[in-house]
Amino acid sequence: MTDIATKSTDRMDTPTNDLFSKFDGLIQTRETLLATGVEDPFNLVMEKVLSPTRAICNGRDTILLGTYNYMGMTFDPDVLDAGKDALERYGSGTTGSRVLNGTYQGHKECEDALREFYGMDHAMVFSTGYQANLGIISTIAGKGDYIILDIDSHASIYDGCAMGKAEVVPFKHNDIEAMEKRLRRLPPEAGKFVILEGVYSMLVDVAPLTEMIAIAKKYGAMVLVDEAHSMGFIGENGRGVAEEQGVIDDVDFIIGSFSKSVGTVGGFCVSNHPKFDILRLVCRPYVFTASLPPSVVATAATSIRKLQHGANKRAHLWENSKRLHSGLTDLGFSLGTDEPQSAIVAVIMPDLERGAMMWEALLKEGLYVNLARPPATPAGMTLLRCSLCAEHSSEEVEAILQMFDRAGKAVGII
Amino acid sequence: MTESDVDQRIRALIEPFNKKGVTIVDETTFANDLEFDSLTVMDFVAEIEDEFDIIISMNQQAEIETYGQLVSAVHKLQDS
Repeated sequence: MTDIATKSTDRMDTPTNDLFSKFDGLIQTRETLLATGVEDPFNLVMEKVLSPTRAICNGRDTILLGTYNYMGMTFDPDVLDAGKDALERYGSGTTGSRVLNGTYQGHKECEDALREFYGMDHAMVFSTGYQANLGIISTIAGKGDYIILDIDSHASIYDGCAMGKAEVVPFKHNDIEAMEKRLRRLPPEAGKFVILEGVYSMLVDVAPLTEMIAIAKKYGAMVLVDEAHSMGFIGENGRGVAEEQGVIDDVDFIIGSFSKSVGTVGGFCVSNHPKFDILRLVCRPYVFTASLPPSVVATAATSIRKLQHGANKRAHLWENSKRLHSGLTDLGFSLGTDEPQSAIVAVIMPDLERGAMMWEALLKEGLYVNLARPPATPAGMTLLRCSLCAEHSSEEVEAILQMFDRAGKAVGII
Repeated sequence: MTESDVDQRIRALIEPFNKKGVTIVDETTFANDLEFDSLTVMDFVAEIEDEFDIIISMNQQAEIETYGQLVSAVHKLQDS
Protein backbone atom coordinates (compact mmCIF):
# COMPACT_ATOMS: atom_id res chain seq x y z
CA MET A 1 0.00 0.00 0.00
CA THR A 2 2.73 2.44 0.98
CA ASP A 3 4.63 1.68 -2.19
CA ILE A 4 1.66 2.41 -4.37
CA ALA A 5 1.01 5.68 -2.56
CA THR A 6 4.61 6.78 -3.05
CA LYS A 7 4.59 5.89 -6.70
CA SER A 8 1.42 7.79 -7.34
CA THR A 9 2.82 10.87 -5.56
CA ASP A 10 6.00 10.61 -7.64
CA ARG A 11 3.99 10.55 -10.79
CA MET A 12 2.01 13.62 -9.76
CA ASP A 13 5.25 15.48 -9.06
CA THR A 14 6.51 15.04 -12.62
CA PRO A 15 5.94 18.41 -14.30
CA THR A 16 3.43 18.20 -17.13
CA ASN A 17 4.82 19.02 -20.53
CA ASP A 18 1.97 21.27 -21.63
CA LEU A 19 1.10 20.31 -25.20
CA PHE A 20 -0.85 23.55 -25.51
CA SER A 21 2.27 25.74 -25.38
CA LYS A 22 2.47 25.51 -29.18
CA PHE A 23 -0.65 27.73 -29.32
CA ASP A 24 0.82 30.50 -27.14
CA GLY A 25 1.60 32.78 -30.09
CA LEU A 26 -1.96 32.57 -31.37
CA ILE A 27 -3.45 33.03 -27.89
CA GLN A 28 -1.34 36.19 -27.51
CA THR A 29 -2.41 37.59 -30.92
CA ARG A 30 -6.03 37.00 -30.04
CA GLU A 31 -5.78 38.58 -26.58
CA THR A 32 -4.01 41.63 -28.04
CA LEU A 33 -6.77 42.04 -30.60
CA LEU A 34 -9.61 41.68 -28.08
CA ALA A 35 -7.84 44.04 -25.63
CA THR A 36 -8.49 46.86 -28.14
CA GLY A 37 -12.17 46.39 -27.23
CA VAL A 38 -13.48 45.09 -30.58
CA GLU A 39 -16.27 42.51 -30.68
CA ASP A 40 -14.77 39.06 -31.24
CA PRO A 41 -14.96 38.50 -35.02
CA PHE A 42 -14.75 34.72 -34.54
CA ASN A 43 -17.44 34.42 -31.89
CA LEU A 44 -20.54 35.92 -33.49
CA VAL A 45 -23.90 34.41 -32.59
CA MET A 46 -26.94 34.62 -34.84
CA GLU A 47 -29.85 34.59 -32.39
CA LYS A 48 -32.49 34.51 -35.12
CA VAL A 49 -32.30 33.93 -38.86
CA LEU A 50 -35.02 35.88 -40.63
CA SER A 51 -34.27 34.97 -44.27
CA PRO A 52 -31.29 34.02 -46.48
CA THR A 53 -30.16 37.66 -46.26
CA ARG A 54 -31.14 38.85 -42.76
CA ALA A 55 -30.54 37.73 -39.18
CA ILE A 56 -30.39 39.05 -35.63
CA CYS A 57 -26.63 38.97 -34.88
CA ASN A 58 -25.32 39.87 -31.41
CA GLY A 59 -28.72 41.52 -30.81
CA ARG A 60 -28.83 43.61 -34.01
CA ASP A 61 -30.95 43.32 -37.17
CA THR A 62 -28.25 42.58 -39.73
CA ILE A 63 -27.92 42.18 -43.49
CA LEU A 64 -25.99 38.97 -44.17
CA LEU A 65 -23.13 39.48 -46.63
CA GLY A 66 -20.86 36.78 -45.30
CA THR A 67 -22.61 33.49 -45.92
CA TYR A 68 -22.13 31.08 -48.83
CA ASN A 69 -25.86 31.08 -49.42
CA TYR A 70 -25.28 32.34 -52.98
CA MET A 71 -28.59 31.19 -54.43
CA GLY A 72 -30.66 31.83 -51.30
CA MET A 73 -32.01 28.27 -51.14
CA THR A 74 -32.06 27.93 -47.31
CA PHE A 75 -35.66 29.14 -46.98
CA ASP A 76 -37.00 27.96 -50.33
CA PRO A 77 -40.50 26.56 -49.57
CA ASP A 78 -40.04 23.42 -51.71
CA VAL A 79 -36.69 22.70 -50.07
CA LEU A 80 -38.15 23.13 -46.58
CA ASP A 81 -41.14 20.90 -47.39
CA ALA A 82 -38.86 18.14 -48.70
CA GLY A 83 -36.80 18.30 -45.51
CA LYS A 84 -39.83 18.22 -43.19
CA ASP A 85 -41.36 15.34 -45.10
CA ALA A 86 -38.15 13.27 -44.94
CA LEU A 87 -37.74 14.05 -41.25
CA GLU A 88 -41.26 12.73 -40.60
CA ARG A 89 -40.95 9.67 -42.80
CA TYR A 90 -37.35 8.56 -42.27
CA GLY A 91 -36.46 9.99 -38.85
CA SER A 92 -33.78 12.35 -37.60
CA GLY A 93 -30.68 10.38 -38.59
CA THR A 94 -29.33 7.20 -40.14
CA THR A 95 -26.94 6.24 -37.30
CA GLY A 96 -24.70 4.42 -39.74
CA SER A 97 -22.16 4.37 -42.54
CA ARG A 98 -23.18 4.57 -46.17
CA VAL A 99 -21.81 1.05 -46.71
CA LEU A 100 -23.77 -0.47 -43.81
CA ASN A 101 -27.17 0.82 -42.67
CA GLY A 102 -26.72 4.44 -43.79
CA THR A 103 -27.91 4.43 -47.41
CA TYR A 104 -31.59 5.38 -47.61
CA GLN A 105 -33.74 6.06 -50.65
CA GLY A 106 -32.94 9.77 -50.14
CA HIS A 107 -29.18 9.24 -50.53
CA LYS A 108 -29.73 7.46 -53.85
CA GLU A 109 -32.09 10.22 -55.02
CA CYS A 110 -29.59 12.87 -54.05
CA GLU A 111 -26.88 11.12 -56.09
CA ASP A 112 -29.33 10.82 -59.02
CA ALA A 113 -29.97 14.57 -58.83
CA LEU A 114 -26.21 15.23 -58.93
CA ARG A 115 -25.65 12.93 -61.91
CA GLU A 116 -28.37 14.75 -63.81
CA PHE A 117 -27.19 18.19 -62.74
CA TYR A 118 -23.65 17.52 -64.02
CA GLY A 119 -24.57 15.12 -66.83
CA MET A 120 -22.08 12.57 -65.47
CA ASP A 121 -22.22 8.81 -64.96
CA HIS A 122 -21.37 8.62 -61.26
CA ALA A 123 -21.97 10.60 -58.10
CA MET A 124 -20.91 9.93 -54.53
CA VAL A 125 -22.25 11.91 -51.57
CA PHE A 126 -20.05 12.56 -48.51
CA SER A 127 -21.05 13.93 -45.13
CA THR A 128 -19.18 17.23 -45.74
CA GLY A 129 -17.31 18.94 -48.57
CA TYR A 130 -14.14 18.70 -46.49
CA GLN A 131 -14.52 14.92 -46.34
CA ALA A 132 -15.15 14.74 -50.10
CA ASN A 133 -11.72 16.26 -50.79
CA LEU A 134 -10.09 14.34 -47.98
CA GLY A 135 -11.52 11.04 -49.19
CA ILE A 136 -11.17 11.35 -52.96
CA ILE A 137 -7.65 12.80 -52.94
CA SER A 138 -6.19 10.47 -50.29
CA THR A 139 -7.69 7.40 -51.94
CA ILE A 140 -6.76 8.17 -55.55
CA ALA A 141 -3.20 9.46 -55.01
CA GLY A 142 -1.08 7.27 -52.75
CA LYS A 143 2.58 6.71 -51.94
CA GLY A 144 4.75 7.12 -55.05
CA ASP A 145 2.15 9.15 -56.97
CA TYR A 146 2.52 12.89 -57.56
CA ILE A 147 -0.05 15.57 -56.77
CA ILE A 148 0.47 18.83 -58.62
CA LEU A 149 -1.60 21.62 -57.05
CA ASP A 150 -2.04 25.37 -56.82
CA ILE A 151 -0.26 26.75 -53.74
CA ASP A 152 -3.48 28.56 -52.67
CA SER A 153 -5.53 25.34 -52.50
CA HIS A 154 -8.09 24.88 -49.72
CA ALA A 155 -7.09 23.21 -46.43
CA SER A 156 -9.23 20.15 -47.24
CA ILE A 157 -7.14 19.56 -50.38
CA TYR A 158 -3.85 19.77 -48.48
CA ASP A 159 -5.20 17.49 -45.76
CA GLY A 160 -6.27 14.95 -48.39
CA CYS A 161 -2.74 15.06 -49.85
CA ALA A 162 -1.15 14.50 -46.43
CA MET A 163 -3.46 11.60 -45.65
CA GLY A 164 -2.67 9.83 -48.93
CA LYS A 165 1.12 10.20 -48.61
CA ALA A 166 1.63 11.13 -52.28
CA GLU A 167 4.48 13.49 -53.21
CA VAL A 168 3.01 17.00 -53.19
CA VAL A 169 4.28 19.51 -55.75
CA PRO A 170 2.76 22.99 -55.45
CA PHE A 171 2.99 25.69 -58.10
CA LYS A 172 2.51 29.46 -57.91
CA HIS A 173 -1.14 30.53 -57.81
CA ASN A 174 -2.84 30.39 -61.23
CA ASP A 175 0.58 30.30 -62.97
CA ILE A 176 0.24 28.14 -66.10
CA GLU A 177 3.96 28.13 -66.89
CA ALA A 178 4.97 27.18 -63.32
CA MET A 179 2.52 24.29 -63.47
CA GLU A 180 3.84 23.01 -66.81
CA LYS A 181 7.48 23.22 -65.68
CA ARG A 182 6.71 20.98 -62.73
CA LEU A 183 4.77 18.43 -64.74
CA ARG A 184 7.61 18.28 -67.28
CA ARG A 185 10.17 17.48 -64.57
CA LEU A 186 8.25 14.53 -63.14
CA PRO A 187 9.08 10.96 -64.15
CA PRO A 188 6.96 10.16 -67.25
CA GLU A 189 5.85 6.80 -65.83
CA ALA A 190 4.69 8.18 -62.44
CA GLY A 191 1.00 8.54 -61.54
CA LYS A 192 0.06 12.22 -61.69
CA PHE A 193 -2.95 13.99 -60.23
CA VAL A 194 -3.54 17.68 -60.95
CA ILE A 195 -5.81 19.44 -58.45
CA LEU A 196 -7.36 22.80 -59.28
CA GLU A 197 -10.20 24.95 -57.98
CA GLY A 198 -12.74 26.73 -60.18
CA VAL A 199 -12.97 29.76 -57.91
CA TYR A 200 -10.32 30.25 -55.23
CA SER A 201 -12.26 31.22 -52.15
CA MET A 202 -10.01 33.85 -50.61
CA LEU A 203 -9.12 36.32 -53.37
CA VAL A 204 -12.05 34.84 -55.29
CA ASP A 205 -10.29 34.69 -58.62
CA VAL A 206 -11.03 32.09 -61.29
CA ALA A 207 -8.52 29.52 -62.59
CA PRO A 208 -7.45 29.40 -66.27
CA LEU A 209 -8.84 25.86 -66.50
CA THR A 210 -8.79 25.66 -70.32
CA GLU A 211 -5.02 26.04 -70.50
CA MET A 212 -4.23 24.15 -67.31
CA ILE A 213 -6.35 21.10 -68.11
CA ALA A 214 -4.89 20.89 -71.63
CA ILE A 215 -1.38 20.85 -70.13
CA ALA A 216 -2.33 18.28 -67.49
CA LYS A 217 -3.68 15.97 -70.21
CA LYS A 218 -0.54 16.48 -72.33
CA TYR A 219 1.51 15.03 -69.44
CA GLY A 220 -0.89 12.16 -68.80
CA ALA A 221 -2.30 13.47 -65.52
CA MET A 222 -5.79 12.94 -64.12
CA VAL A 223 -7.56 16.18 -63.20
CA LEU A 224 -9.75 17.11 -60.24
CA VAL A 225 -11.52 20.48 -60.07
CA ASP A 226 -13.06 21.70 -56.83
CA GLU A 227 -16.11 23.75 -57.86
CA ALA A 228 -17.44 24.39 -54.33
CA HIS A 229 -17.68 28.15 -54.83
CA SER A 230 -19.01 28.12 -58.39
CA MET A 231 -21.75 25.48 -58.36
CA GLY A 232 -25.18 26.91 -58.99
CA PHE A 233 -24.32 30.18 -60.67
CA ILE A 234 -21.22 29.93 -62.91
CA GLY A 235 -21.70 28.25 -66.29
CA GLU A 236 -24.83 27.97 -68.39
CA ASN A 237 -26.28 25.19 -66.22
CA GLY A 238 -24.54 26.27 -63.03
CA ARG A 239 -22.02 23.42 -63.25
CA GLY A 240 -19.10 25.72 -62.56
CA VAL A 241 -16.02 27.28 -64.10
CA ALA A 242 -15.10 24.16 -66.11
CA GLU A 243 -18.50 24.37 -67.82
CA GLU A 244 -18.17 28.08 -68.47
CA GLN A 245 -14.72 27.60 -70.03
CA GLY A 246 -15.98 24.66 -72.11
CA VAL A 247 -13.65 22.03 -70.65
CA ILE A 248 -15.93 20.08 -68.31
CA ASP A 249 -15.62 16.93 -70.48
CA ASP A 250 -11.87 16.84 -69.80
CA VAL A 251 -12.27 16.96 -66.01
CA ASP A 252 -11.94 13.52 -64.39
CA PHE A 253 -13.44 14.46 -61.03
CA ILE A 254 -15.51 17.41 -59.86
CA ILE A 255 -15.73 18.02 -56.12
CA GLY A 256 -18.48 20.14 -54.65
CA SER A 257 -20.37 21.03 -51.53
CA PHE A 258 -23.99 21.30 -50.37
CA SER A 259 -23.08 24.01 -47.87
CA LYS A 260 -22.91 26.80 -50.42
CA SER A 261 -25.43 27.31 -53.25
CA VAL A 262 -27.32 24.13 -52.33
CA GLY A 263 -27.97 25.56 -48.88
CA THR A 264 -27.50 22.64 -46.49
CA VAL A 265 -24.44 20.54 -45.58
CA GLY A 266 -22.59 17.69 -47.33
CA GLY A 267 -20.08 17.12 -50.09
CA PHE A 268 -19.83 15.14 -53.29
CA CYS A 269 -17.72 13.94 -56.17
CA VAL A 270 -19.03 13.36 -59.71
CA SER A 271 -17.10 11.54 -62.43
CA ASN A 272 -17.33 9.56 -65.64
CA HIS A 273 -14.55 7.16 -64.63
CA PRO A 274 -15.81 3.62 -65.37
CA LYS A 275 -14.38 2.22 -62.12
CA PHE A 276 -15.60 5.10 -59.96
CA ASP A 277 -17.95 3.07 -57.76
CA ILE A 278 -15.11 1.03 -56.24
CA LEU A 279 -14.32 4.16 -54.21
CA ARG A 280 -17.36 3.39 -52.05
CA LEU A 281 -15.45 0.46 -50.59
CA VAL A 282 -11.96 1.91 -50.29
CA CYS A 283 -12.46 5.56 -49.42
CA ARG A 284 -12.10 5.82 -45.65
CA PRO A 285 -13.73 9.24 -45.05
CA TYR A 286 -16.77 7.81 -46.88
CA VAL A 287 -16.84 4.45 -45.11
CA PHE A 288 -15.90 5.33 -41.54
CA THR A 289 -18.45 8.02 -40.76
CA ALA A 290 -22.22 8.27 -40.46
CA SER A 291 -24.16 9.24 -43.57
CA LEU A 292 -26.10 12.49 -43.83
CA PRO A 293 -29.52 12.65 -42.11
CA PRO A 294 -32.52 11.93 -44.39
CA SER A 295 -33.80 15.51 -44.10
CA VAL A 296 -30.45 16.86 -45.29
CA VAL A 297 -30.22 14.70 -48.42
CA ALA A 298 -33.90 15.45 -49.19
CA THR A 299 -33.31 19.23 -48.99
CA ALA A 300 -30.11 18.85 -51.03
CA ALA A 301 -31.78 16.83 -53.81
CA THR A 302 -34.70 19.29 -54.06
CA SER A 303 -32.39 22.28 -54.07
CA ILE A 304 -30.07 20.78 -56.75
CA ARG A 305 -33.05 20.12 -59.04
CA LYS A 306 -34.28 23.70 -58.57
CA LEU A 307 -30.79 25.10 -59.23
CA GLN A 308 -30.88 23.45 -62.67
CA HIS A 309 -33.59 25.96 -63.57
CA GLY A 310 -32.18 28.94 -61.73
CA ALA A 311 -31.15 31.08 -64.73
CA ASN A 312 -33.04 34.19 -63.54
CA LYS A 313 -31.57 33.97 -60.07
CA ARG A 314 -28.10 33.52 -61.56
CA ALA A 315 -28.55 36.67 -63.63
CA HIS A 316 -29.64 38.73 -60.61
CA LEU A 317 -26.72 37.40 -58.53
CA TRP A 318 -24.28 38.55 -61.23
CA GLU A 319 -25.92 42.00 -61.29
CA ASN A 320 -25.43 42.21 -57.51
CA SER A 321 -21.83 41.09 -57.75
CA LYS A 322 -21.02 43.64 -60.48
CA ARG A 323 -22.73 46.50 -58.63
CA LEU A 324 -20.99 45.76 -55.31
CA HIS A 325 -17.63 45.39 -57.04
CA SER A 326 -17.86 48.66 -58.95
CA GLY A 327 -19.39 50.52 -55.98
CA LEU A 328 -16.61 49.46 -53.59
CA THR A 329 -13.96 50.29 -56.20
CA ASP A 330 -15.46 53.78 -56.63
CA LEU A 331 -15.43 54.29 -52.85
CA GLY A 332 -11.67 53.65 -52.91
CA PHE A 333 -11.44 50.16 -51.44
CA SER A 334 -8.79 47.76 -52.67
CA LEU A 335 -10.32 44.50 -53.95
CA GLY A 336 -8.95 41.00 -54.56
CA THR A 337 -9.75 41.05 -58.28
CA ASP A 338 -9.98 43.92 -60.81
CA GLU A 339 -13.17 42.50 -62.28
CA PRO A 340 -15.98 40.67 -60.47
CA GLN A 341 -15.32 36.95 -61.15
CA SER A 342 -17.76 35.29 -58.74
CA ALA A 343 -20.41 35.96 -56.11
CA ILE A 344 -17.77 36.94 -53.55
CA VAL A 345 -15.98 40.27 -53.42
CA ALA A 346 -12.81 40.26 -51.30
CA VAL A 347 -11.91 43.64 -49.77
CA ILE A 348 -8.24 43.85 -48.81
CA MET A 349 -7.58 45.34 -45.36
CA PRO A 350 -4.29 47.04 -44.46
CA ASP A 351 -3.74 44.76 -41.40
CA LEU A 352 -5.56 42.51 -38.93
CA GLU A 353 -6.22 45.26 -36.40
CA ARG A 354 -7.85 47.66 -38.85
CA GLY A 355 -9.57 44.72 -40.51
CA ALA A 356 -11.16 43.83 -37.19
CA MET A 357 -12.11 47.48 -36.56
CA MET A 358 -13.72 47.70 -40.00
CA TRP A 359 -15.52 44.40 -39.42
CA GLU A 360 -16.92 45.72 -36.13
CA ALA A 361 -17.89 49.09 -37.62
CA LEU A 362 -19.83 47.28 -40.34
CA LEU A 363 -21.52 45.02 -37.79
CA LYS A 364 -22.65 48.10 -35.86
CA GLU A 365 -24.01 49.50 -39.13
CA GLY A 366 -26.03 46.28 -39.43
CA LEU A 367 -23.90 44.35 -41.93
CA TYR A 368 -22.22 40.99 -41.46
CA VAL A 369 -19.19 40.12 -43.62
CA ASN A 370 -16.48 37.45 -43.15
CA LEU A 371 -13.21 38.51 -41.61
CA ALA A 372 -10.54 36.21 -43.07
CA ARG A 373 -6.99 36.12 -41.79
CA PRO A 374 -3.89 33.93 -42.14
CA PRO A 375 -3.46 30.99 -42.40
CA ALA A 376 -6.74 30.83 -44.37
CA THR A 377 -5.64 33.75 -46.56
CA PRO A 378 -2.70 33.90 -48.98
CA ALA A 379 0.28 36.24 -48.56
CA GLY A 380 -0.51 37.02 -44.91
CA MET A 381 -3.47 39.19 -45.95
CA THR A 382 -6.47 40.25 -43.90
CA LEU A 383 -9.63 40.27 -46.00
CA LEU A 384 -13.26 41.21 -45.59
CA ARG A 385 -15.08 38.74 -47.76
CA CYS A 386 -18.48 39.81 -48.98
CA SER A 387 -20.56 37.00 -50.43
CA LEU A 388 -23.65 38.04 -52.30
CA CYS A 389 -26.92 36.21 -52.48
CA ALA A 390 -29.42 36.05 -55.33
CA GLU A 391 -32.00 37.15 -52.74
CA HIS A 392 -30.25 40.45 -51.96
CA SER A 393 -32.41 43.17 -53.53
CA SER A 394 -30.79 45.93 -55.57
CA GLU A 395 -31.82 48.34 -52.77
CA GLU A 396 -30.00 46.19 -50.21
CA VAL A 397 -26.83 46.34 -52.31
CA GLU A 398 -27.06 50.15 -52.35
CA ALA A 399 -27.59 50.16 -48.56
CA ILE A 400 -24.54 47.91 -48.19
CA LEU A 401 -22.40 50.36 -50.17
CA GLN A 402 -23.50 53.25 -47.93
CA MET A 403 -22.55 51.21 -44.86
CA PHE A 404 -19.10 50.53 -46.32
CA ASP A 405 -18.71 54.25 -47.07
CA ARG A 406 -19.50 55.31 -43.48
CA ALA A 407 -17.54 52.51 -41.80
CA GLY A 408 -14.51 52.91 -44.09
CA LYS A 409 -14.32 56.65 -43.34
CA ALA A 410 -14.81 56.10 -39.59
CA VAL A 411 -11.96 53.57 -39.46
CA GLY A 412 -9.79 55.64 -41.82
CA ILE A 413 -9.33 53.02 -44.52
CA ILE A 414 -10.74 55.18 -47.34
CA MET B 1 28.01 19.13 -60.78
CA THR B 2 29.92 18.86 -57.49
CA GLU B 3 28.41 19.65 -54.14
CA SER B 4 30.51 22.80 -53.93
CA ASP B 5 29.17 24.00 -57.34
CA VAL B 6 25.65 23.44 -56.00
CA ASP B 7 26.59 25.33 -52.84
CA GLN B 8 27.88 28.30 -54.84
CA ARG B 9 24.79 28.56 -57.02
CA ILE B 10 22.39 28.30 -54.07
CA ARG B 11 24.41 30.93 -52.20
CA ALA B 12 23.84 33.32 -55.10
CA LEU B 13 20.12 32.49 -55.20
CA ILE B 14 19.61 33.00 -51.47
CA GLU B 15 21.16 36.47 -51.47
CA PRO B 16 17.98 38.49 -52.24
CA PHE B 17 16.01 36.44 -49.68
CA ASN B 18 18.58 36.98 -46.92
CA LYS B 19 17.19 40.38 -45.94
CA LYS B 20 19.01 40.58 -42.62
CA GLY B 21 22.39 39.65 -44.07
CA VAL B 22 22.76 36.55 -41.88
CA THR B 23 26.11 34.77 -42.33
CA ILE B 24 25.21 31.45 -43.91
CA VAL B 25 26.84 28.25 -42.70
CA ASP B 26 25.67 24.64 -43.08
CA GLU B 27 23.84 24.80 -39.74
CA THR B 28 21.88 27.97 -40.61
CA THR B 29 18.15 27.22 -40.30
CA PHE B 30 15.56 28.67 -42.68
CA ALA B 31 12.78 29.05 -40.13
CA ASN B 32 14.72 30.49 -37.19
CA ASP B 33 17.98 32.04 -38.42
CA LEU B 34 16.73 33.33 -41.78
CA GLU B 35 13.14 33.83 -40.58
CA PHE B 36 11.64 32.58 -43.85
CA ASP B 37 7.84 32.55 -43.81
CA SER B 38 5.85 30.15 -45.96
CA LEU B 39 5.64 32.63 -48.87
CA THR B 40 9.39 33.19 -48.91
CA VAL B 41 9.96 29.45 -48.80
CA MET B 42 7.67 29.01 -51.83
CA ASP B 43 9.47 31.68 -53.89
CA PHE B 44 12.92 30.47 -52.86
CA VAL B 45 12.13 26.82 -53.61
CA ALA B 46 10.68 27.78 -57.01
CA GLU B 47 13.94 29.59 -57.89
CA ILE B 48 16.05 26.60 -56.91
CA GLU B 49 13.78 24.25 -58.87
CA ASP B 50 14.14 26.39 -61.99
CA GLU B 51 17.90 26.86 -61.59
CA PHE B 52 18.61 23.13 -61.29
CA ASP B 53 15.60 21.88 -63.31
CA ILE B 54 14.43 19.68 -60.43
CA ILE B 55 11.37 19.19 -58.21
CA ILE B 56 11.58 19.54 -54.43
CA SER B 57 8.23 18.17 -53.25
CA MET B 58 6.60 19.49 -50.07
CA ASN B 59 7.34 16.11 -48.48
CA GLN B 60 11.06 16.63 -49.19
CA GLN B 61 10.90 20.27 -48.08
CA ALA B 62 9.58 19.14 -44.71
CA GLU B 63 12.81 17.20 -44.12
CA ILE B 64 15.06 20.17 -44.94
CA GLU B 65 15.67 22.50 -42.01
CA THR B 66 19.20 23.79 -42.55
CA TYR B 67 21.20 25.25 -45.41
CA GLY B 68 23.57 22.26 -45.43
CA GLN B 69 20.66 19.83 -45.75
CA LEU B 70 19.34 21.83 -48.70
CA VAL B 71 22.65 21.80 -50.57
CA SER B 72 23.05 18.09 -50.09
CA ALA B 73 19.40 17.36 -51.10
CA VAL B 74 19.70 19.48 -54.27
CA HIS B 75 23.02 17.81 -55.12
CA LYS B 76 21.39 14.40 -54.89
CA LEU B 77 18.30 15.48 -56.85
CA GLN B 78 20.16 16.96 -59.79
CA ASP B 79 22.35 13.88 -60.07
CA SER B 80 19.40 11.52 -60.24
